Amino acid sequence: MLTMTGICALVAVSVLFFILGYFVYNGGVSINWDFFTKLPVPVGETGGGMANAIVGSAKLLLLASLIGVPIGFFGGIYLAEFSGNKVAFVVRYAADLLNGVPSIVIGIFAFALVVHPFKRFSTIAGAFALGLMMIPITLRNTEEFLHGVPRALREGSMALGAGKWTTIMRVVVPAAYRGIMTAILLALARVAGETAPLLFTALGNQYWSPGWNQPTASLPVVIYNYALSPYEDWHRQAWAAGLVLLGLILMVNIVARVILSRGIAVPRS
Amino acid sequence: MATSSINVPSAGPVAGSRSFLSKLRSGDEIARLITFLFAASVVLITLLLIYELWIDSALPRHKFGLSFFFTRIWDPIAENFGALPFIYGTLVTAGVALALAVPLGIGAAIFLAELAPQKLSDPLQFFIDLLAAVPSVIYGLLGVFIVIPMMRQWIQPALKSSLGFLPLFQGPAYGVGFFTAGIVLAIMVIPYIISVSREVLLSVPRDQREAALALGSTRWESTWKIVVPFARTGIMGSIFLAMARALGETVAVSMVIGNTPTISSSLLSPGYSIAAVIANEFAEATGDMHTAALIELGLVLFLLTFILNGLARLLMLLTTQRGSGTAQA
Amino acid sequence: MKRIAGMLVVVLALGGMVWAQSSLLINGAGATFPAPIYSKWFDQYHKASGSQFNYQSVGSGAGIKQVTEGTVDFGASDGPMNDDQIKAYRTKNGAGILHFPTVLGAVVPTYNIPGVSGALNFTPEALSGIFLGRISKWNDPAIAGANKGVNLPGNDIVVIHRSDGSGTTYIWTDYLSKVNSDWKDKVGKGASVNWPVGLGGKGNEGVTGLIKQTPNAIGYVELIYAAQNKVPYGVVKNASGAFVKADLASVTEAAAAAVKTMPEDFRVSITNAPGKTAYPISSFTWLLIPEKFKDTAKRDAIKGFVKWAITDGQGDVEGLSYAKLPKEIVEKELKAINKIQ
Repeated sequence: MLTMTGICALVAVSVLFFILGYFVYNGGVSINWDFFTKLPVPVGETGGGMANAIVGSAKLLLLASLIGVPIGFFGGIYLAEFSGNKVAFVVRYAADLLNGVPSIVIGIFAFALVVHPFKRFSTIAGAFALGLMMIPITLRNTEEFLHGVPRALREGSMALGAGKWTTIMRVVVPAAYRGIMTAILLALARVAGETAPLLFTALGNQYWSPGWNQPTASLPVVIYNYALSPYEDWHRQAWAAGLVLLGLILMVNIVARVILSRGIAVPRS
Repeated sequence: MATSSINVPSAGPVAGSRSFLSKLRSGDEIARLITFLFAASVVLITLLLIYELWIDSALPRHKFGLSFFFTRIWDPIAENFGALPFIYGTLVTAGVALALAVPLGIGAAIFLAELAPQKLSDPLQFFIDLLAAVPSVIYGLLGVFIVIPMMRQWIQPALKSSLGFLPLFQGPAYGVGFFTAGIVLAIMVIPYIISVSREVLLSVPRDQREAALALGSTRWESTWKIVVPFARTGIMGSIFLAMARALGETVAVSMVIGNTPTISSSLLSPGYSIAAVIANEFAEATGDMHTAALIELGLVLFLLTFILNGLARLLMLLTTQRGSGTAQA
Repeated sequence: MKRIAGMLVVVLALGGMVWAQSSLLINGAGATFPAPIYSKWFDQYHKASGSQFNYQSVGSGAGIKQVTEGTVDFGASDGPMNDDQIKAYRTKNGAGILHFPTVLGAVVPTYNIPGVSGALNFTPEALSGIFLGRISKWNDPAIAGANKGVNLPGNDIVVIHRSDGSGTTYIWTDYLSKVNSDWKDKVGKGASVNWPVGLGGKGNEGVTGLIKQTPNAIGYVELIYAAQNKVPYGVVKNASGAFVKADLASVTEAAAAAVKTMPEDFRVSITNAPGKTAYPISSFTWLLIPEKFKDTAKRDAIKGFVKWAITDGQGDVEGLSYAKLPKEIVEKELKAINKIQ
């Protein structure tokens, strides 16, 4: 029985290494300087790169964090420091609900709210969808990590005459800093790979996307489109892009978890 | 841990009752208000989402009513829309995924929680957490270039020749289909089953195990006969959680399911899922009815995941209540 | 904390400014049928004029929808907008929409049959029977009868169609509706139909990809996709009874009859055209350009592009297996460009 369950665990874990290995093998050959710096070439021709998709994804994530992190962070502070139980329950429930919404439905919502009224696909619309998905993770984790800070710290600060807000911002949050940072990193890693919400919000772009109000290419969507195409060269590029995406996401996850485990003993996400 | 709202009066005359405005002057009230607004915005956004889904799907709801759920036809030209093939596809692929992932996942969780030494269990759990972080499009890539050819060349023909008498495994071997989508989904949800089940198993009170061991049972017997049944509501919760995740998966599924709205008893048949049809058709649905029908499908999906997540939370709640030391019958 | 916020604001502002200063960006979406030639054209026009045309090949259905909604500046479709769609556009946008044919192309039946590498002969009965699901094996007499001497296996046919709203589907179903009354009644013609059988692929690209990977598959794609990806495609029997291969001459011949009767708005179907050497599944493909533009810079850029595409740009089309527009039609179009305000 030990062996059977052990085999189960081994199979599960080996999938990860299989995926990694396959991507390194297939994608590694296509990673070159062109890939990171050139724009895509016309359909059917070989060569070119994904520079615009990489930058596009970066812009999307930057804007998404500006939307998702403040709401999650300050909302979490409210839940942990100010609110009563009833309000906390409602907010937590709403956050969990939002977390469980399938990403394609978030895409529909973002389309209805941002693309349709303004009549354009844009980085903002895509970032809005991704930001929404970041909110629940940031909120719940901020709340948990703030809860994990010992009461004594708060009381000590107030005993010294600090106001509540000062206590929170100067004492409690810094104490929970590691946990909150890792929560933000994990939220970023989660939405970095999301494709569905971008399909009809950010759409796509063969060129650089100027400013924030135009459609933009993004790594996951480009991978999706290239994988479904019949062109061998595009398949090759899709593997390379997948390797880059996978590598980044796994790295962020590893870094976040290592930071977490080295920090104060606070509740895990 | 209960948070007490400590109202620290600002420097100045201590007042018995203070008006709202004077409270506002103290930075803490402003802070409370602002953070409240942020927290409230989460609730507002969620409500707005549900509202949008409801309003934008009004057209087909009025035209088709409940028959939307039982019609098999999806005809954009005749504007006749029925959700049955997509609901069927969504549920079948999730079912296949669970059938594959649950035994593997629970087995692995038992190993990690009960049978493996800590030094082995923690790193393995770390890798499983990483597996959960792999994005959907990566699984889609693997699905298209590895799983589909494997299915078409080896697995599906093998299933047909050995189990072909069952209606489950009949029909041509396309490579894509319900079964393929189920396999890809299974890989995607295993980490969730493992993580949650492992935590639930770990939270079973020690005295349960020790009592069993004291009575002479083997390690395995105490695990399988005492600990696992004790944790079973939590494990059920993890299964519902995994199912909710599987239902909402869009990209990986749409790349391997075949994109054909059919209802077939065969797992080898191509099909369609709710999320996949929305992804494929939303950007081009001409005609308000078509778009609204897709939004109604989104509403259905939302409701399905809502119910499943709710059930999962309920079960988790029951488990933690049980975990507070009550003896197992 | 404040420092981080401050840095973030600076970065954003800089980023927005820097990126906002690049050249004019025009967004379009639509058909995958002409995507290879449009992609090449936009690239060349960008080098010549500096304007960037971001074209997303998401399918004709999406092109029509997005240009109607106003979320893109122009659309592209190989199924012309029908009267309802044009009316809807006018209602939503207060002005009309214009169709401009850009190239002529062909939709070919492509297949992946183990052991068969040459061009098969397809009769209209065979094609409609296969796609109706009535002919299910490759060695069916309806197919074998036209292909004596070819060793067709007894395998099941895997039909592949489009999963997205497609002008290529429109052309294909338009043809099948003309040659088979059963198809016309049961399925009809359109960008998205209720397919009796088959798997769905996304875009011409997706269908070609599926055919390449699926043995015994048959599907319909634009000629260049079959040619570029070296997928065998068949010859089709035309209205005059001859088996015609899709190439520049046969496609041009298909348009010849339409040249004389071309309506003002350029919406015409040339499937199943008369003419001994005409390829029966040919079609124009159109750019959908709004009549009125608020942004004059965009309007001028688009007008400039259309003018270039139907004159100088035609030099590139044959290299990608599309046929040039007939001269008479180009002249009519050049006049029609002035309608764009």
